[in-house]
Amino acid sequence: QKTKEGFLGKLTRAVAGKSTVDEEVLDNLEEALVSADVGIDTTVKIIDRIEKRVAKDKYLGTTELNRLLQEEIEALLVEAPDQGYKDFELPGGKKPYVILVVGVNGVGKTTTIGKLAHQFKRAGKSVLLGAADTFRAAAVDQLTIWSERVGVPIVKKEMGADPASVAFDAVNSAVAKGVDVLLIDTAGRLHNKAHLMDELSKIRRVIQKVIPEAPHDVLLVLDGSTGQNAVEQARHFTAATQVTSLAITKLDGTAKGGVVLAIADQFKIPVRFIGVGEKAEDLLVFDRHEFVDSLFKL
Amino acid sequence: MFESLSERLETAFKQVKGQGRITDLNVAATVKEIRKALVDADVNYKIAKEFTDKVKDKATGEKVINAISPGQLMVKIVKDELAGLMGGEASELVLKGNPAVILIAGLQGSGKTTFSGKLANYLKLKKGKSPLLVAADIYRPAAIDQLKVLGGQIGVDVYSEPDTKDAVQIARNAVKEAHSKNKNVVIIDTAGRLAVDEAMMAEVAAIKDAVQPQEILFVVDSMTGQDAVNTAKVFNDRLDFGGVVLTKLDGDTRGGAALSIRYIVDKPIKFVSSGEKLDTLDVFYPERMAQRILGMGDITTLVEKA
Ligand SMILES: Nc1nc2c(ncn2[C@@H]2O[C@H](COP(=O)(O)OP(=O)(O)OP(=O)(O)O)[C@@H](O)[C@H]2O)c(=O)[nH]1
Ligand SMILES: Nc1nc2c(ncn2[C@@H]2O[C@H](COP(=O)(O)OP(=O)(O)OP(=O)(O)O)[C@@H](O)[C@H]2O)c(=O)[nH]1
Ligand SMILES: [Mg+2]
Ligand SMILES: [Mg+2]
Repeated sequence: QKTKEGFLGKLTRAVAGKSTVDEEVLDNLEEALVSADVGIDTTVKIIDRIEKRVAKDKYLGTTELNRLLQEEIEALLVEAPDQGYKDFELPGGKKPYVILVVGVNGVGKTTTIGKLAHQFKRAGKSVLLGAADTFRAAAVDQLTIWSERVGVPIVKKEMGADPASVAFDAVNSAVAKGVDVLLIDTAGRLHNKAHLMDELSKIRRVIQKVIPEAPHDVLLVLDGSTGQNAVEQARHFTAATQVTSLAITKLDGTAKGGVVLAIADQFKIPVRFIGVGEKAEDLLVFDRHEFVDSLFKL
Repeated sequence: MFESLSERLETAFKQVKGQGRITDLNVAATVKEIRKALVDADVNYKIAKEFTDKVKDKATGEKVINAISPGQLMVKIVKDELAGLMGGEASELVLKGNPAVILIAGLQGSGKTTFSGKLANYLKLKKGKSPLLVAADIYRPAAIDQLKVLGGQIGVDVYSEPDTKDAVQIARNAVKEAHSKNKNVVIIDTAGRLAVDEAMMAEVAAIKDAVQPQEILFVVDSMTGQDAVNTAKVFNDRLDFGGVVLTKLDGDTRGGAALSIRYIVDKPIKFVSSGEKLDTLDVFYPERMAQRILGMGDITTLVEKA
């Protein structure tokens, strides 16, 4: 990877000695963005904005273009309304704070829960896990190992149990124990399967029987190597469970996760976390600036 | 989706309606639309470019039949070209050797363990084999349990060594076990790994060296985006795999990664996986995949009528 010329390197060559952004620069920009999974429509939108800014601000050189790019792309990423989870702090006054974790198969939901539990615990919070994936082979065992690894309790039932009833028990237990945060794992499901999406809506309703304003956060986990289908995932999961945050996983690979630009722009959902490995500590609070920067790194 | 691509192509061709042939001039705008459709389907940007350039050469000079519009003719050319590219020679699973050893590899969460179960089920029921599943993922929490649950569901034995922290040794021992238990196929499920993880890539290469598998399958999530080319290339450089398995096709992704991978490593897609249950394993139909990538219904009938 490192031997390939970076986008900014190409950009520098393309604009060297020129006073305007020409076709070649824009083509390079298009290639860099599309190759990062930003998608054609969002890429075109970004390029339009750059062209307008350049016309207005008088384009000077690579440094300025780089800054314009950063600004315009960052502007697409909505800022979290409450600056949530900075240093893994929880928004105050809601106890237990209930986080429902959803997403398609294999994106990293269970692992993200393990990592979150680790971070919250380190930040001095008491944590409870709810194993509402009773479907995938050994899903409960997997979450149980995470609960042991991190040292937090878990509410679980046997495989095949009604996931909504596990969620119900977990919320009740969280209230009874007075924990700070409850993390509920759910089975992976493809968003085009209506009955499975209905099951999620049901889990949500059951949680609300115990705590009417819960879940306080519905975290949609997206695999960073997923392409444009992630937009559909966001659309359908939002419809079923009112997604309030995103986590992007597997960004320790070569994939860039650029599709979240389109998602953040269309659905105004903030990205909260990124996954950068398989260990408990491999979770970071999302940083817009760093993310945009990484889109152009090879 | 087909409607929209087809409509967009018609618009692109509008100025030239009535002309009998596709020309350099009128093909340019269409090629741009097709390229956009491919990239929207997650075909790699560069590959979409190369591919449409080829299509352009092919299409130029084609005679437009009365019953079919230039836009539809272009779609047909693109689709046939796509299907051709992804089809080619028939690609059976390699089952030579006794036992035949099949190594399963791929990124995290792509569907390797589930596919291993499906393949064992298929070989047992459809090919009369007696397979042994091998849990060579020593990293993921409950990876062994997961494979055991699947093995239990289909009545296939699972070989594991819960206390061994050496995947190569587990794989080697499993093949010995297969010999002594008269199993004629060994399916080795490995941990998910990123192409940039040097230690993990070396591990899977070492498993290959140790057990000399007759077949290596690269399992890839059909929702994968632009990065599919990087991953496929690195895995292929390391393992020289024999085929690709495309998973989660029961979703609504267009699956352009399939084209990218075929283009970059030129290995056949041997199976598609389309569900969480163990009986949802299918053979690959290039034609259907081409239509899916283009987001279109079946236009072959329409063209044949012409
Ligand atoms: N490299 C890397 N791997 C990750 C990351 N997050 C999760 N994984 C791996 O991805 C695989 C799937 O993770 P899970 O947490 O089981 O995913 P899930 O969404 O719970 O899966 P299902 O419950 O089966 O839908 C595992 O092998 C994890 O170790 C990450 O940030 N980086
Ligand atoms: N809908 C659907 N889900 C699938 C398919 N194949 C696998 N899955 C699901 O995807 C998730 C991940 O599958 P696994 O088989 O655990 O993937 P893996 O590659 O072994 O994961 P790691 O070992 O963690 O790298 C699970 O929830 C599976 O049930 C498929 O074809 N369709
Ligand atoms: Mg899970
Ligand atoms: Mg596995």
